[in-house]
Amino acid sequence: MTATAPRHSRDEESWAHPVDRLVTTATGAGMDTVTGHRVVGPVQGFGQMWQKTFSVRLDGVDVTPEALVAHWKERFPTFWPSGARFYAPLAGIAPGEVALLEVAPVPGSPIKMSTGVMVIYADRESFTFMTPEGHALSAWITFSAHRDGDTTVAQAEALERTSDPFIELTYLLGANRMNDRFWEQTLENLARSIGVANPSVTARKVCVDRHRQWRYVRNLRHSPALSMAIGTVTAPARWLRRRRTP
Amino acid sequence: MTGTTIDLDRSNGAAILRIHGEITGGSEPELMGAYARAGDEVRSIVLDFDQLDYMNSGGIGLLVTLLVRTQRAGQRLLAVGLSEHYRQILSLTRLDEAISIHDDEPAALAAAASR
Repeated sequence: MTATAPRHSRDEESWAHPVDRLVTTATGAGMDTVTGHRVVGPVQGFGQMWQKTFSVRLDGVDVTPEALVAHWKERFPTFWPSGARFYAPLAGIAPGEVALLEVAPVPGSPIKMSTGVMVIYADRESFTFMTPEGHALSAWITFSAHRDGDTTVAQAEALERTSDPFIELTYLLGANRMNDRFWEQTLENLARSIGVANPSVTARKVCVDRHRQWRYVRNLRHSPALSMAIGTVTAPARWLRRRRTP
Repeated sequence: MTGTTIDLDRSNGAAILRIHGEITGGSEPELMGAYARAGDEVRSIVLDFDQLDYMNSGGIGLLVTLLVRTQRAGQRLLAVGLSEHYRQILSLTRLDEAISIHDDEPAALAAAASR
């Protein structure tokens, strides 16, 4: 019997290692709803599967894809639209790190949904997030840059399903478009940060799978929409209880 | 041009896609082309990763797209030849819950035939 030497791949340093339950080093968020949960991807989601690609050409700016991705990782939280907060892990955007997020369910809402993402992949030209249980989306989102002729192009690509029927309903009622706008604004902010005066983001959306995965309807037990609804309905009772407690 | 080539073999109602080189988002023409050549009549698609030496997150996204297509065609998707590293990636991304992983080709073909 001969021993087989382990095979090494060029991508080994870029991938996170599997984890059963997430742990974060991010600080500053009001709540940590991520620790102890598992990651979920498009395979485990409920709703239709969408592939969304947003890109912006950085015309007139001399920046390599590697330099742009380094800048994007370094200042990632600053490119998000107002009302959304990204709490980076201590080691930054690196494979295996877990960040916390606070996002408004609708623009301008005083209520924030707490969730997070795990960095499952990161190299010099791209990085990818995967969502945890309790996130509205079961998704992978990849941020990358490449050359198109003499111009660098920044891109955000999501492969996503809504996590549960409630969120799927909100997607049908307009949240899908709001989510698109979120990434469009993020790319606009990124482009402006390196000197593009009037960035123009192009979007390409493909419904990869029109079917809904009813076997994942039990994702409702982690539903952020359900948690928010229960929190809202029970708020008066909690308020009364607090008033009665000396 | 990508660093991907895919050879197609057939065995007992299964199509075996032998992947050489890398799988990235840019490998879509090669992977989906090989899947199209396999045809709708095959019951199972076996992905042979033995000669894979690079896969990024775009490549994993491509595998999900292939998974959706096979599911909608009523086909089963199986994988063989995965190094420990690529097994870990399929575990990390939880693709191993949908793609049946086997130690070798005979085991995969036996599983494919047992449906």
